[in-house]
Amino acid sequence: MAQLKASLRPATAPPPEPIPVTLTVNGVERTLHLAPWTTLLDALRLHLDLTGTKKGCDHGQCGACTVLVDGRRINSCLTLAAMQDGRKVTTIEGLTTGDALHPLQEAFIEHDAFQCGYCTPGQICSAAGLIAEGKASTDDEIRELMSGNLCRCGAYPNIVAAIRQAMAAVATKAEGAP
Amino acid sequence: MRSFTYARADSAADAVGRAGASGTAFVAGGTNLLDLMKADVVHPERLVDISRLPLDRIEDTAEGGLRLGALARNADTAYDERVQTRYPMLSKAILAGASAQLRNMATNGGNLLQRTRCYYFYDTATPCNKREPGSGCGAIGGVNRIHAILGASDQCIAVHPSDLCVALAALEAVVQVTGPEGERSIPFAEFHRLPGDRPEIDTVLRPGDLITAIDLPAKGFAEHSTYLKIRDRASYAFALVSVAAGLEMDGGTVRDARLALGGVAHKPWRDPEAEAALIGKPATPDQFRGAARVLLRDAKGHEHNSFKIELAERAIVRALTEAAERKGAPRP
Repeated sequence: MAQLKASLRPATAPPPEPIPVTLTVNGVERTLHLAPWTTLLDALRLHLDLTGTKKGCDHGQCGACTVLVDGRRINSCLTLAAMQDGRKVTTIEGLTTGDALHPLQEAFIEHDAFQCGYCTPGQICSAAGLIAEGKASTDDEIRELMSGNLCRCGAYPNIVAAIRQAMAAVATKAEGAP
Repeated sequence: MRSFTYARADSAADAVGRAGASGTAFVAGGTNLLDLMKADVVHPERLVDISRLPLDRIEDTAEGGLRLGALARNADTAYDERVQTRYPMLSKAILAGASAQLRNMATNGGNLLQRTRCYYFYDTATPCNKREPGSGCGAIGGVNRIHAILGASDQCIAVHPSDLCVALAALEAVVQVTGPEGERSIPFAEFHRLPGDRPEIDTVLRPGDLITAIDLPAKGFAEHSTYLKIRDRASYAFALVSVAAGLEMDGGTVRDARLALGGVAHKPWRDPEAEAALIGKPATPDQFRGAARVLLRDAKGHEHNSFKIELAERAIVRALTEAAERKGAPRP
C-alpha cells in the first residue's frame, strides 16, 4: 500500500507544504496544518477525531458525510478542507444543546428511523439543512429533497416520518419564540 | 488522490494568470473535479481555487435578461425568485439534477464543464478515447445503455450529463468568458462540441479561460415551458432522456418554439428545423410528434440504447403537450 501511494507521486517533486486551515467546528475554532488533498471529511474524522460524520462512498453519492457549512448542507467528502478555511462547520456532534438532543435526534429515536445507524448522522445533518432551507412541506417534497441520503437498511418511511415530526416541532418552537 | 498544490485566486485576472502553468485546474464547487481526481481520471498538479471570486451574483441585464454569475451555486440559482418566475424551465432543470447537498456546492460555471458519466471514462482499467486519446472506446460494442443516439463518432459515444445545460440551450443563453486573450461571449449552441476525432475536448474553451457569467436573454418562455427528465429512478439519477421545451402560444397555435434534448448526445441537442416545424402550427400531439421526428431524424442506436429513440420521441410529445397546456409560471 505504501509502495502504491509512493508510485502515484512524481518521483522528483517534493510533497507540498501543509496548508494552515482554520475551521470553527461545532462552535470551537480549530487550526490544522493539512496536506492540500485533505477533504473536509478526512479533516473532521482523522484530524479532529469527530467520527460521527461517516465515510460511505467517498464520491458524493450516499450522503453519509453530510455536514452543515455556514448552515448549508454539503457532502464533506467532495470538498477540500482548505476550500472551507474560515467557515463554520456543524457536524452531528454539534447539533445537541448541552445534554438536550436536537428535535431531529429525538424524532429519529421515536420513529425508529434507522437500523444499522451508519447513514443516520448524514440523514440528520441533511434533514437539519432541509428544514433550514424551508422548501419541503409534503412527504413527497421531503423524499425528493432527501434523495441525496441513501439508507441501505431501507428505513425511509420512518426517516420521512421523523423529519415531518421534527419539522413541526421546529416550526412550533419558532412560533412560540419571542 | 495524487499529490497537488493548492492556491487561492484573489481576482479573475489572478486566476487566469495562474492557469498558464500546465497541469493547472480551477476548482469552484469541486463536486465533479474531486470525484474525478479520487477516481484518478484526471490528475492536475495545481489546483487554483476560484470559489471566493466575486462572480456569484444574479443580476438583471440592460436587455431585460438575467446574468447568472458563474460561481452562483446551483441551489441559489434554482431558487432565485427571478429565475423561478421568468425562467421556470431553468429552475426545474436544475432541481431535477443531483441532490440538495450537491446543488448547495456546485456552481453554474462548473456545471457547464462537468464530464460525462460514461462508465468507461470513469474506469481507468478500460480504454477510453476521452480519458486517454487513442486508447479506444469501451462503450462501442460494450455496455452502452446510457450512451448517445445523436452526434456520436466512431471514437466516442459519451453523453453530456447536465440538466441545467439543456435548459440553457433551449433558452439560447450566452457564456461569458475571460482568458489570456481577453473577454469573449460564446453562444450556448457553440460552447460544447461533438466528439469527432478529438473526444477528449468537451468545449471550445482554451487553456486559461475562465467562465465569468451565463447570460439569459429576455425571452424566458415562462408561460409555456417545462423540463421533463426520464431516468431509472424517481430522483438523484442522470437522465436517460430529458427535454427542455418552451412555447409561445397564440390561442391554440404555436407562435415560437424551443426544444432541446439531454442525455442523447455529447452536447444538448437542438435543431432549428424541428422548432420551425412547430411554428404557425396547431399545438396537437401529431404536430409535436412530427417535430420530434425531425429532431431525431439522424438518431442511431447501439446495442443497448436503441430504446432511447422512441423514448425521446414520446418524451418530446409529452413535454410539448405539458408546455402548451401550462398557463403562468409555477409557484416559487
